[in-house]
Amino acid sequence: MNPHNLSIEELKQTAAQVRRDIVRMVHAVNSGHPGGSLGCTDYFVSLYFRVMDYSTDFTMDGEGEDLFFLSNGHISPVWYSVLARAGFFDVKELATFRKLDSRLQGHPTTHEGLPGVRIASGSLGQGLSAAVGAAQAKKLNKDNKLVYVLMGDGELEEGQIWEAAMYAAHHKVDNLIATVDRNGQQIDGSTEEVMDLGNLRAKFEAFGWHVLEADGNNFEMLLPALDDAKAATGKGKPVLILMDTEMGFGVDFMMGSHKWHGIAPNDEQLEIALQQLAVDSASDY
Amino acid sequence: MKEYTYTEKKDTRSGFGDGLLEVGRQNPNVVGLCADLTGSLKMGAFQKEFPERFFQVGIAEANMIGLAAGMTVGGKIPYTGTFANFSTGRVYDQIRQSVAYSGKNVKICASHAGLTLGEDGATHQILEDIGMMKMLPGMTVINPCDYNQTKAATIAIAEHEGPVYLRFGRPSVPVFTPADQKFEIGKAVMLNEGTDVTIIATGHLVWKAILAGKILEEKGISAEIINIHTIKPLDAEAVLKSVAKTGCMVTAEEHNRIGGLGDSVAQALATAKPAPQEYVAVNDSFGESGTPDELMEKYGLTENNIVAAAEHAISRK
Repeated sequence: MNPHNLSIEELKQTAAQVRRDIVRMVHAVNSGHPGGSLGCTDYFVSLYFRVMDYSTDFTMDGEGEDLFFLSNGHISPVWYSVLARAGFFDVKELATFRKLDSRLQGHPTTHEGLPGVRIASGSLGQGLSAAVGAAQAKKLNKDNKLVYVLMGDGELEEGQIWEAAMYAAHHKVDNLIATVDRNGQQIDGSTEEVMDLGNLRAKFEAFGWHVLEADGNNFEMLLPALDDAKAATGKGKPVLILMDTEMGFGVDFMMGSHKWHGIAPNDEQLEIALQQLAVDSASDY
Repeated sequence: MKEYTYTEKKDTRSGFGDGLLEVGRQNPNVVGLCADLTGSLKMGAFQKEFPERFFQVGIAEANMIGLAAGMTVGGKIPYTGTFANFSTGRVYDQIRQSVAYSGKNVKICASHAGLTLGEDGATHQILEDIGMMKMLPGMTVINPCDYNQTKAATIAIAEHEGPVYLRFGRPSVPVFTPADQKFEIGKAVMLNEGTDVTIIATGHLVWKAILAGKILEEKGISAEIINIHTIKPLDAEAVLKSVAKTGCMVTAEEHNRIGGLGDSVAQALATAKPAPQEYVAVNDSFGESGTPDELMEKYGLTENNIVAAAEHAISRK
């Protein structure tokens, strides 16, 4: 059972609040990664406020719960905001993001004991392997809950991803839903300019995965896709969602450009962003 | 000089394989992962008895480390198996982020370490692995000396919560430690008490240190011989206590002289009570093809090298 189980209208309000958190967090320390965080906000809000079964009384093993792993750790702002708003820790702690002695490190880690995080990520390409391992541990434990993992699309250039993809199909790890944030951008430019990813559906299908596509910035489309993905589990194949998102979604001047991958808005840009991210009753930390 | 004898020679990797089977029987959370080297790592018996707890990863070591880290979420105790080179250098960043920094209870079990891999040559003979692993915060580094000690270590590390690097080898070497030994992580083993020089050895060099002790005895030199199976955390107390008595030190290891046991001992001495120290180790070079014995001879890792180092250390007192 999801502890929140919000309606679509409530999800939209929550997503706007999370996006406000993201831009405020990166602005406050003049660093961090707003673009991918804003693009993936609707996915995170869907998982934590509607789709996943979990308890906010965090345990590392997460027995009897759905688990989430973030492979592209640089979009930590969206995860931190969602974890706080979902009840894992006080939203006031978001103010410590990237500051000395914080549990909210630049990239997510278990090292400072932040509830909700089960492995460090940041050095790319490692999260899928960890998620596959956790999914196999669930099978050994006769735990029928699912493991979710999010990867960036540029991250698919890392070879380890494909090692894990081959392994997951060979070992029939079918209690896993991996999602690729297909925003088409990476640090040096578009993925097509930097390293053409080609036909990702065909690639993953050739590796033996069940592949779905989803619009990651539209709850009316995303929620049914997540339901379809869940329905596709337990059938002998790992499941992949190719999720189209727009980097910077919700803030017009950040949208669709790799330039906002890893820079923070200035004071003036923050004000404009917050005006665009209106909620019925803002509860900024 | 205390008498050490042996009735058989066995490879330390078989100690790992037999230890894994035994700890697998003791602890249902123990799982095994192997990157296409099940025979070489002697993991076949575990695989046969616990097929559902054994995971063939194929030639994909980075994925193996990540899988192992993930399996700890759910309470598993993964033992990964491949050659030492592919257990460390190839996957350093995966170990660093997904295992060490994440504080995961993964046992990285590395066979064919050092020169004694033999004929395959330098691509496979890693001599830098102890250094790489001991630099990782929170990593325990163990290099046992014979079959019995490797088996005991393999069983003992399941009870230690946290990442472990367990290093062992391919050749058959004398089995001289007790079959019923209690393996204590981080605790040096006193093999012979002496007064003139301390010889601290790890792995395959421990037996050679015993041979060296006999030669030194014939020369009228009393050597204190200590088996350090755990390089990190180092039993610095044992090191300092011994050198306080003997006044000088020889370290012996099948590893580059940079970054191995010798440097750990040197740091312990330098920061407490400096004393003359000589290294028996590979002199900052790669290995090459050859038989294990030929390689140990050429790269200066024999009992005679230990004797010469001991005499030199004594002369520097």
